[in-house]
Amino acid sequence: MIEVQDVYFKYPSGVEALKGVSLKIQDGEFVAVMGENGAGKTTLVKHFNGLLKPTAGKVLVDGVETTKVSVATLARKVGFVFQNPDHQLFSETVEEEIAFALKNFGFSQDVIEKRVTWALNLLGLTQYRKTSPFMLSGGERKRVALASVLAWDPKILILDEPTIGQDYQQKEKLRQFILQLKAQGKTVVIVTHDVEFVAECNPRVVLMRGGKIVADGEARKILTDPEILEQASIVPPQIAQIFINLADLGFPKDVIDVYGAREILLKAFRRRKT
Amino acid sequence: MAIIETKNLTYTYPGATKPSIKDVSIKIEKGEFVLITGPSGCGKTTLCRCFNGLIPHFYQGELKGEITVAGLRVPERQIYELATHVGMVFQNPENQLFALSVEKDVAFGLENLGIPREEIRKRVDWALKLTGIYELRERTPTELSGGQQQRVAIASVLAMQPEVIVLDEPTSFLDPLGAKRIFEVIYELNRKLGITIVLVEHRLDLTAKYADHIIIMDDGKVVLDGEPHEILSSEEARLIGVGIPKATRLYQILKGDGIKLGGKVPLSSDEMAEMVREALKRL
Repeated sequence: MIEVQDVYFKYPSGVEALKGVSLKIQDGEFVAVMGENGAGKTTLVKHFNGLLKPTAGKVLVDGVETTKVSVATLARKVGFVFQNPDHQLFSETVEEEIAFALKNFGFSQDVIEKRVTWALNLLGLTQYRKTSPFMLSGGERKRVALASVLAWDPKILILDEPTIGQDYQQKEKLRQFILQLKAQGKTVVIVTHDVEFVAECNPRVVLMRGGKIVADGEARKILTDPEILEQASIVPPQIAQIFINLADLGFPKDVIDVYGAREILLKAFRRRKT
Repeated sequence: MAIIETKNLTYTYPGATKPSIKDVSIKIEKGEFVLITGPSGCGKTTLCRCFNGLIPHFYQGELKGEITVAGLRVPERQIYELATHVGMVFQNPENQLFALSVEKDVAFGLENLGIPREEIRKRVDWALKLTGIYELRERTPTELSGGQQQRVAIASVLAMQPEVIVLDEPTSFLDPLGAKRIFEVIYELNRKLGITIVLVEHRLDLTAKYADHIIIMDDGKVVLDGEPHEILSSEEARLIGVGIPKATRLYQILKGDGIKLGGKVPLSSDEMAEMVREALKRL
């Protein structure tokens, strides 16, 4: 469990990025942190693995304060995949990149081999095993970064903008994969601007603005509230926009996915016909 | 008149074992708003690098087939010459900003072309105003937010007054409202100034409505090329795994259920809502 207790954070430049944030994330939850550029989303999640320590307040991971343990110890439990893969990749081949952390954690050679093969396969990177990560496209590099963290099987996974540069099929795989992790009791926290992706996953949404949390709840509720969204510089997903537009016809407003929309429209058309 | 035309264009990066784009033959007309999309790694960015001569002049490698841009045969011309016709906005604005002030960054390309000082002044101000960052002109680009940086990158390309602007996922780091505003600026450049726009994007929910022409690539090849409504409603587009706008997808699913909404396939939520409204009235 992650507990954030009234956290403030000020960067050395003087910018106050978090202004009193409190939040609890239970094991096995899937949370999307959303909000405008500069709202403090990335700053907040960097507190979860101890990369940043609060200026005031406390962050506890499984009951242990992040100031009391090293980032290296926390990393075993909390995996972090950065927004820009170039900030984290450095090895000469994709394979070495994925094996790197496993070696540091002291896994045996055959466990490393197995985990690397598993992660490559999972993210559709097997053909690039011996390729330099820097020869790959932006979207592919992003997947290498994800594979290298998944390989050590952390209990809590933090993904900063995981869908950037990913095509529809990759996003669908990512969605399936997150749901699978969730079923295994793992916690997944994503930071994202991708409203369509969130609409398809329907996770818990934590909405930030100006270093504070301004809304917290089910995606279906938050992504269909135009007033809250506008404050956070978010545009409702396309399906929600259709239903917001049709609200005067008596349709429900809290619809965000294609299949929910289909059910409602089918009923409406059939009722009018009879 | 085609402003960009390729015939059987095939390109292999140095040291790569297979080509990144294969046999690409496309025509982009002057004044069009073209959207290029397709699975990640399909060759979209590589194709764009051919448009301003980065391929083959900077990346080297092996280029076969023909490519002409604004009537110039790319392999025979220099990048600086092509740059006056084709402006490029990269995925990551950090990769293209470097000056100590926004103004200097925007002026840089013009200074290199040896344009007179007065003219530079005029064009820089014009580009800054058009992209809505005139107030930021004395700030340092590295201190700006991602969205502001993306605008600086667009302004510095715009100041060159190119006939074509190529943008490679220009809003990937922006919040949805910031992204929407950038797309609106790009759309205005297209409609008001007649600049040809080539936009590489995965997020068709946000962009399909602006396009006159969509090119879909897969595994280095062009697989679909034509009018957006037609392309996005095709079964092939869905099978390739292109992110078809949700409004379009909903329309298709309802059609499969036997519910016919009149008119063209919708690309935006407004179009779809209007069609549902009309169809319900008719019942």
